[in-house]
Order: sequence, then C-alpha cells, then structure tokens
Amino acid sequence: MIQSVLFAGVGHLAQSGSGCLGPNGTSITGLCTSDNSLHMPVAYRSILPMLVLFIGALVLLLVSALLSKRSRPGLYPVLSTAVGLAALVASVWEWYDVGNRGVSTIGGQIFYDRFSVFFGVVVSVTVVLASLVSDSYLRREGLDGVEAYALILLAGTGAVLMAEAAGLIMLFLGLEIMSIALYVMAAYHRRRTESGEAGFKYFILGSFSSAIFLYGVALTYGATGSTRFQDIAGYLARNTLVHDGVLLAGMALLIVGLGFKVAAVPFHFWTPDVYQGSPTPFTGYMAALAKAAGFAGLLRTLTGALSSQQANWRPVIWLIAVLTLLIGSVMAIAQRDLKRMMAYSSISQAGYVLVGLQAGSAAGTAGSLFYLFTYAFVIVGTFAVLGLIQGPGEARNDLGAIRGLARRRPGLAMAMLVFLLAQAGVPLTSGFLAKFYVIEASVQRGQYPLAIIAMLAAAIAAFFYLRIALLMYAGEGEAAGPAPALEPAGGGAEAAGEAAGEAFVADGALTAGLQPVPSLDGATATLTWEPPPEERIAIPPAVAATLAICVVFTIAAGVSSPIIDFARHATAMI
Amino acid sequence: MTAALLAAATGSGAHLAHASAWAVFGVGAALILTGAFGVVLLRNPVHSALMLVITLIGVALEFIDESADFLAAVQIIVYAGAIVILFLFVIMFLAVDRREPAAPEPTRAQRPLAVLLGLVALAELLILSRVQHWSSGAHHVAGSLKGGEDVQKLGESIFTRYLLPFEMTAALLVIAVVAAVVLSRRHGRVAAEMSPAEQEEATLR
Repeated sequence: MIQSVLFAGVGHLAQSGSGCLGPNGTSITGLCTSDNSLHMPVAYRSILPMLVLFIGALVLLLVSALLSKRSRPGLYPVLSTAVGLAALVASVWEWYDVGNRGVSTIGGQIFYDRFSVFFGVVVSVTVVLASLVSDSYLRREGLDGVEAYALILLAGTGAVLMAEAAGLIMLFLGLEIMSIALYVMAAYHRRRTESGEAGFKYFILGSFSSAIFLYGVALTYGATGSTRFQDIAGYLARNTLVHDGVLLAGMALLIVGLGFKVAAVPFHFWTPDVYQGSPTPFTGYMAALAKAAGFAGLLRTLTGALSSQQANWRPVIWLIAVLTLLIGSVMAIAQRDLKRMMAYSSISQAGYVLVGLQAGSAAGTAGSLFYLFTYAFVIVGTFAVLGLIQGPGEARNDLGAIRGLARRRPGLAMAMLVFLLAQAGVPLTSGFLAKFYVIEASVQRGQYPLAIIAMLAAAIAAFFYLRIALLMYAGEGEAAGPAPALEPAGGGAEAAGEAAGEAFVADGALTAGLQPVPSLDGATATLTWEPPPEERIAIPPAVAATLAICVVFTIAAGVSSPIIDFARHATAMI
Repeated sequence: MTAALLAAATGSGAHLAHASAWAVFGVGAALILTGAFGVVLLRNPVHSALMLVITLIGVALEFIDESADFLAAVQIIVYAGAIVILFLFVIMFLAVDRREPAAPEPTRAQRPLAVLLGLVALAELLILSRVQHWSSGAHHVAGSLKGGEDVQKLGESIFTRYLLPFEMTAALLVIAVVAAVVLSRRHGRVAAEMSPAEQEEATLR
C-alpha cells in the first residue's frame, strides 16, 4: 500500500514538475515556467551576496581539484579575497537597488531589505579581512590549503543567510551553516591539542544550543501558527494571547540559542576555551562573524517578529546585558593569556550590542548595527596582531609576549593601540561612537540604570585594555631596569632573556636554570630556547595592508558620520 | 514516537475509529516499547542497535495508522535502512561489539535521577495533553489533508515555498565534506619540526 501511494505520488510530482526541475549547478533552482501549481520565481538579486560567497567556495574547491597540489600556494587567499570583494560589490549594488522599501521573496523565505544588505556588507568585509590575514598564519603553521578559505566563505554564506532570513526555518539553516563551518575552523590546527579541544567543545555546546534554538522555533510555531516573521508579527498584532506560556517559553529558548552564538552571559562558558584554542586569525573571524550574524538573528526575531512582545523580552535582555557587560569586563582583568583576555573582552563588547537591542527602538538598532560593523574591523585587527606576535606554533600567548612591542615594532604597536583604545571606547575611535550610540538609545528609552552600568563596565574594561597598552610601551623600560648589570652583549639578547623568563614563569626551575645564559652568551641563548619573538616578527604585506585598513577605518568611523548614517538607514527592516 | 503516543493519548478519534486501527496502533506501540526497552537493557551494543530497528518499524507503523504513508516509507528507508546500519558500522569498526563490563557508574545519583526526570516528563506530557486552553495560532494540527496525497503536498512545499531552505542544505553537505577532509587528514608536520633527513624525504615525496 505504501509503495503504490509512494509511486503514485512521485509520478504525479514528476509529471507536474517536469518543466521546473532541470539540472542545476548552482544552489538555486531556476525559474519555473510551466503552467502548473509549481510556479516558483526566484529573485536572484535578493540573495546575490550569499550566492557569490557560496559559489565562490565551490569554485575554490573546484580549482583546488584541478590544480596540482602545491602549484600555486598564494592562489587561494587571493581567490577568497576576490570572492569577498565581489560579494561586497554585490551588496553595495543591492543597497542602491533595494532602496528604502523591502520585500519578502523566494517563497517568503528571504527578506530583501536594507537590514539584509547591511549585513551583506559586514560579512563581505569580514571575509575579505579574514582571507588577507589568514594566509601568512596558515603558511607559518604549515596548514595552508584550500579548505580554510572554503570554510571562511561557507561560514560567511551562513551568516548572510541568517541576516536575510524571513523566517525561523531559514534562520536556523543559516545558523547551522555558519556554526558548523566555524566548528571545523576552530579545530583547524591539527597539531595543537588546544585547537582540537576548542573545536570539540564548540561543537558539543554549539549543537546543544542549536537544539535549544530549534525547540524554541517549535514552541513559537505552536503559539503563533507560523515560522515566518511577518506571519508571527501579524498574528500577535491581531490577537492578544491570554495564556501565552508557550510563546514565552519559545521566546526564551530562541534567546538562549542565539545568546550562545553571540557569547552573552550566562551562555558564554565556551568562549574563553574556544577563542584560546582556535587558530588566531580564525578567532578574530569567528568573533566578528558569529556576533554579527547572531545579533542579526536576535534583531530580526525580537525587534522584528516579536516587537509586540517588548514588555516580555526587554527585561530579559536587560538582565543578560548587565551580566554580560560586568562579567565580561571583570573576568578579563584576571586573565594572563592574551587570547583568553580578548575572549572575555569580546563577551563584554557583546554586552553593549545587547544594550542597543534592549532599547528596542530604531536608534538602538542603529547603534547595535554600527557597533557590529566597527567591531568587525577592530577584532579582526586585534587577532591579526596577536597572530603575529605569538610566534610559530602559537608559542606565546601570554601577556609577556606583547611586552616592549613598541620598541620592536612601533607600527604594529601603534595599530594594536588603536584597536585597544577603540575597544575601551576612547574618543576619536569608532569604539567611542559605538558605545555612545547604544547608551544614548538606552537613555532615550529611560534606561538610566542600564546606561550607568554600561559606562561602569567601560571603565572596568579600560583597565585591562590600558594594561596591555602600557605593557607594549612601558615594557621596555621595565626590561631595561635590571638588565644592564648582567648584560653586556646588547639590547637584543637582554630582552630575549626577559621575554623567555616571562614565558616560563609557571616553570620556576626552568626559568632559574636558563636565566643566566643570556648574560654569558646571547647566541647560545637563541639556539637553546624557544626563539624570542622579537627577532621573528615579520609583518607580511597582506597583514600590514589589512591592519592599515582596519586602523584607518576605526579612526575614520570615530570622527565622521557616514557609517552611522549607513547603520541608521539599515534599520529599515520589514 | 512521542507524537504518535500523544496523538493516541489525546484520542484523535477519527483515525482510531475502527478496531483494526486500534489493532495497528497496539501492535506499533508494543513494537516501539519492546525496541526501546531492548535498546536500554541489552548489554551487547549490536543487539541494542538491532532493537532500535524494531522501534523504528513500530514508529513507521504508527505513521501508517496516521495516514502519513510517505513518512512511514522514509522512516524505514532512512532510519532503519541507513542510520542504524551506520551505527552498526561504527560499532564494528571501533570493535566495541562485546559485552560491556558492568563498570561502576561515575555519578551515583545518575540512575535514580534519570528515572525521576523521565517520570516527570511523562507526567508533563500527559498533563499538557489534557490542558486545553493554551493559546495557539496553529491552524490545523490534526485532521486529514485536503486535496492530494501527502507526497504531492510535500513535493509542492519543498519545491515552492521551501525551495531555498531545501537548496541551502547543499551548503551543509559541502561543509560536511570539507570538514571530513580537514579533520581526518594525517597529521603532517611542518618543515621546521622535521629533521633534515625527513625534510629531504618530504621534498622527494
């Protein structure tokens, strides 16, 4: 009986759909022009950046299959950057194409509005920056290959899809595409145990949070009868739910699922380990991308579909924002590992975006968008610098690694200083304006306590940002203090001893055993030890260019207004 | 499985009107429970995996009882046919197909806690199935399809409204392939970590 039904059904489908389902090499089936019910026009222009990224990834894989293994080592980053730039061009074109109106297309699964296009721009830029900084790292670690760049592009595909999603199903799909690619990227450094551990932890906890999100989708569907944002909003606008338990539970689970992706407290426990273990440039990419896409999902869901439920979700987001701001800032102070410290710092930065979300107004959304866009440059730049100073094999991530950077590499230290000041929220950087806009939006809604807590958190956070800055600039003074008595050989070896001492600070015996060596013979020291980072910091041109872009953007966005205007226009959500 | 049980619990009477439907439901439920207990209670992992097949066939039977023929077919083909076989492959590759020694449990309270949580969840489901006044916007949660077979309906959904989600799962498959390549590749060493002889060998290779 089953079989007869099955075959009858398939036959019917094949018969009715014969004109539509041709062979398709791309991700989207072509226009269906037959005269039956399966008529499905696809507005390709609405998903152009995503298509560019996805097809770009496929082309990359194809090229790698056609070329011999080691023929063109520098080809993939160039291709990946080109794909990112193409997606950027597509996004900019879309920005003018879409205008201020937005439509929901492709079976009501995709929103084509400025909000989508804004995230198309953010993700494309992040992809370009990440492709540029990853190359030298991957080559240094002997990991270069096409897979890294394919994963970068695929994660970007998922992120754009999340921002474009017009319903919870599409949002979930985008979330999974992005997350699974990021899990693999976390575990990409196969010879480092920490990297494998990071990927594993991220995978287990991430899958758990995806399941929670999916449960939230199911309950929201149960409560409102649809997974599409417009239908949810319409249903809630027409009806007042007397017994809204199912909806509240669904909403809470959605917030948990997305809160995990943006690393909001109390769903942040994975962040320090994963950020520390992942390959450094990927960490920056992950931080920029997952936060942007996660917040795009939160904004779509909460301020879009569930805007009529503001009275219910705003207190929850208030609490999460406060916890995120304070715990992120306070925990960062206690860290001794630079990547771990930046992980907690990124948690606290997510808190400010939550402040903008909590406002639930157009100004708050604009502030959040501005924050996410500028933060992408800052965090990719920060981790690019960390990737340079940590040395081969990620040997040194401790605070000592950055000591005296200003003397060894003034340009690098200056770039890092700009990123740190931006994260601390110092005027004339993008970070100041970003924090200003979200706090202003919060004050406009009368949230004075939250605004004060946000400023307090900024003050706490300034402490550890400035501590890193001081280490970079004052570090050499400290190092020079005790050294001259022992050290006749010259500045280089003396700082080497100091740096190595820092590296082995946990291992007292080793430090004691090795400390006298540089005073005897600097050359032996370099042979015996882990090579001190100072002589090894070579700045590859691609990374230098990326850092320059990031620095210029961070300062430009901090003093001029086009970016915030961009973000304000992008709040035109359906 | 829960869906089927719930449907039965709430007594969607239209489907279970006949005695034959009851009989099918009873057989299916018995199969599901037998399989489920078998999976948990049997010591040999291979036997557990085989008991899972019985559960899945029982669920397929319940799908037929609910006129979801396509789901029933998919249940058999995909779950019983592919996924359980995959389980068996893994069990045999990892050579864990022997009786597990009854090791002491790491957390003592685990078992009673699991029983308690299971009972609470069961009670919750039963209570929820009786509570009628949850607000819901769902249009048709029960009842037969109007116009056309379920396969046709599914096909129409997938190739019209849900075309893009359906196509974008391709991205997930691509990532899965890339991930398998990345994670299962041999741990090669970089030149800096090799001895000169090894470096030479690597270049020759």
